[in-house]
Amino acid sequence: MKIAVCVKQVVTRDWPLRINDSHTWVDDRDASFEMNEPDAYALEEALRLKEQHGGEVVVCSAGPPRVNQVIREALARGADRAIHVEAESLASADGAMVAEALAAPMEEEQFDLVLTGLQSDDQGFAQTGVVLAEFLSIPHATIIMEVQVGAGRVRVKRELEGGWFQWVSMSTPALLTIQSGINQLRYATLKGIMAAKKKEVRLVEPPAELARRQEILMLSVPERTKEIRLFDGAPAEAAGKLVQALKDDARVI
Amino acid sequence: MTKTTTTAPNTGGGMWLFEDTTSGSVFTPERLSDEHKLIDQTADEFVRNEILPSHGQLETKDWKLARVLVNRAGELGLLGTDVPEQYGGVGLDKASTVLVGSRFGQSGSFGSTFGAHTGLAILPLHCFGSDTQKDKYLGRLVSGEWIGAYCLSESSSGSDALGAKTRATREPDGSFVLTGEKMWITNGGFADLYIVFAQVDGEQFTAFLVERNSPGLTIGREEHKMGLHGSSTTPIILQDVRVPSDNVLHHISKGHKVAFNTLNYGRFKLAVAASGNATAAIGEATKYAAERQQFGQPIATFGAIKHKLGEMTVRAYVVESMIYRTTGLLDASLKGNEIADAGPLRNILEELSIECSILKVAGSEMLHYVLDENVQIHGGNGFVKDYPAERQYRDSRVNRIFEGTNEINRLLIATTLVRRALKGTLPLISAAKRLEDEVTDPPTLVEASEVPLAEQRSTVLAFKKTSILVLGLSMMHYGDKLGEQQELLSCVADILIDTFGAESAVLRADQAAIDAPQNQLLQIDATCVFVNDAAGRIEANARTALASMSDGDSLRLQLAALRRLLRFSPINTVEKRRRLAETTVERGGYIFR
Repeated sequence: MKIAVCVKQVVTRDWPLRINDSHTWVDDRDASFEMNEPDAYALEEALRLKEQHGGEVVVCSAGPPRVNQVIREALARGADRAIHVEAESLASADGAMVAEALAAPMEEEQFDLVLTGLQSDDQGFAQTGVVLAEFLSIPHATIIMEVQVGAGRVRVKRELEGGWFQWVSMSTPALLTIQSGINQLRYATLKGIMAAKKKEVRLVEPPAELARRQEILMLSVPERTKEIRLFDGAPAEAAGKLVQALKDDARVI
Repeated sequence: MTKTTTTAPNTGGGMWLFEDTTSGSVFTPERLSDEHKLIDQTADEFVRNEILPSHGQLETKDWKLARVLVNRAGELGLLGTDVPEQYGGVGLDKASTVLVGSRFGQSGSFGSTFGAHTGLAILPLHCFGSDTQKDKYLGRLVSGEWIGAYCLSESSSGSDALGAKTRATREPDGSFVLTGEKMWITNGGFADLYIVFAQVDGEQFTAFLVERNSPGLTIGREEHKMGLHGSSTTPIILQDVRVPSDNVLHHISKGHKVAFNTLNYGRFKLAVAASGNATAAIGEATKYAAERQQFGQPIATFGAIKHKLGEMTVRAYVVESMIYRTTGLLDASLKGNEIADAGPLRNILEELSIECSILKVAGSEMLHYVLDENVQIHGGNGFVKDYPAERQYRDSRVNRIFEGTNEINRLLIATTLVRRALKGTLPLISAAKRLEDEVTDPPTLVEASEVPLAEQRSTVLAFKKTSILVLGLSMMHYGDKLGEQQELLSCVADILIDTFGAESAVLRADQAAIDAPQNQLLQIDATCVFVNDAAGRIEANARTALASMSDGDSLRLQLAALRRLLRFSPINTVEKRRRLAETTVERGGYIFR
């Protein structure tokens, strides 16, 4: 089975976020970067499928040269080779732009399965995978918790809301967006890291007319406000109101 | 790993004191390769995900868990970074080993389990083992299937290691029978292979490989220690333990070679672990200081706390610079050799014994300072067990004791330099003569330079001259009795430690112009603070040393010479520490890695 995994490089989670001067993105000049977390789970799932069913895992990423860091990491963890669509303009591209950049080289490869993370830790649109499926003209399913591979088909478990799940069967080739935490990530072994040096990373130029479809107009830090509500009545009654408010208004339980 | 081994003139073995190290020729963390960074990431993730959460359980003396964790580290390749592939290792450079060792330093207890296993069992076996011995044991240790321990100390011989009383009696069939008791053995409670030092025929100090299940070998009870409660430390009792002749490690009567080279590397690795521990603790201190509110604001905004965070950063930076510089010397001298050929490694470890001792003292004392201030920043919370600060403080104390006490290491730094000078391998005597002329010549005016670090460079040169002045006078004054002057030798050692640290910091900050321009100004800040404060310390040490040897007019002349050498005006270290501290808080942790 030939499996593609799309990975994105994002600013490290514990990097203290600062908004840039034009208020359109984070100031990432001195930032350290890492692999988008849901993509790491997608990669792990791909590696496990390869171990079960054989085949090949190809890492695909669109971004500036610094993205090579996460590509190398994916190769060190066990992916076989990589495709890097490289352009400085892809640094903070929207989901559709990334999907379009990846589509042409990925289409040539005729993958049986394309895995992406559910969403990115930085923009969080959850669109790249879905739009990429459209570009590749293959079916897709989102928020995947489990993948079972059969002949020419996959059976996948989707996460719905409120603790509900859904099993979907679909034909391959197909694209799945993977939920975080569905498997246990492996470490890159030291031998894997050294072996990755010899693995192929194909550099591809993005399509000439590639342009962003969305523009971030302004980013702002949420303002902290304090609001105190008092619930009156007998203790049991007030507690009931509190629980209801936590459920309906604050939506924390 | 191409960047590790810039071909530099070999300034190790104390040569840096006499020769100018050219800018751009030293290895620094900024020159780590992409593969190095991934190795660092794997080690860091492993320690943070698997080791740190296991601390509580390890402190209940759950050695089964310790074995599982060693085994997992082995699966990832973390136990055999610098072991040849034929023995299951990864065959990488020392820089990779340093990265891994530094991350394991985050865990005091497991760090010592790891350190004893890799540094005190795998390393001597790799360096001194026969092919048969390596075939039999090395692969098992590198995979983590077996655990190793190193049995040198005895109740009456700690620093005086060669005075061990454990006996090895020759048997007619060529085997040996070992009898004695070893003390303070890290991994003692659950190791499978013990490297045991004993006297053959009462006087030939020799190392042996002893398997755990050998009849007559028993393990004493766990010591009740101040810290490192999650690591095993026991006596090992040998009662007529028969060891086959094949299990002599290296040669009979050459045990001191095994012991001292292992200790040299152990000292280097101790500093590496201390460095990793310190940088992690700076992260914890920073987070706490940024969150803890007093008088309506985070305590990180107060100057008294900024001073601490700034100084912790400065000291960690300097030790790190010394470590990577020494790593570069190690890798450069090993380059081009087959990793399976351990001869060059043995030679370079012996050559770099001065640097290894400097690192041991500087690393352990830097860590002590950092963890002490970490407790202080945590205030009352630093004194209770709810935060790691308390445990780390206790865990780190032994670093100034084991692998040779800091007192022994200070003496080694100074006496090794003197010995090499007398042998003619270090040009101390000619340098001291040149210096004598220089300080009596009329002074030349030095023009102030606007080039960054120019002043620090010339101050480092003055540090070197001060070292040579004091060493030269000491040798003249005491001759072959100098070894008895421990206070004087310790003063000399302190001057040398500050000198090596200052120069390593200057060289790294200078190279940062190319290797890490975004961080260079901060590196310059840290360097300037260190050089400034080191100047004061060096002057005080030199005065103590000179006044212990001379008085009257000759002392006045010597002090005048010292003043001529150490001319410096203080810089504004308050401003620089503040800047370092504020950036540390902004970035949420140690800023130079």
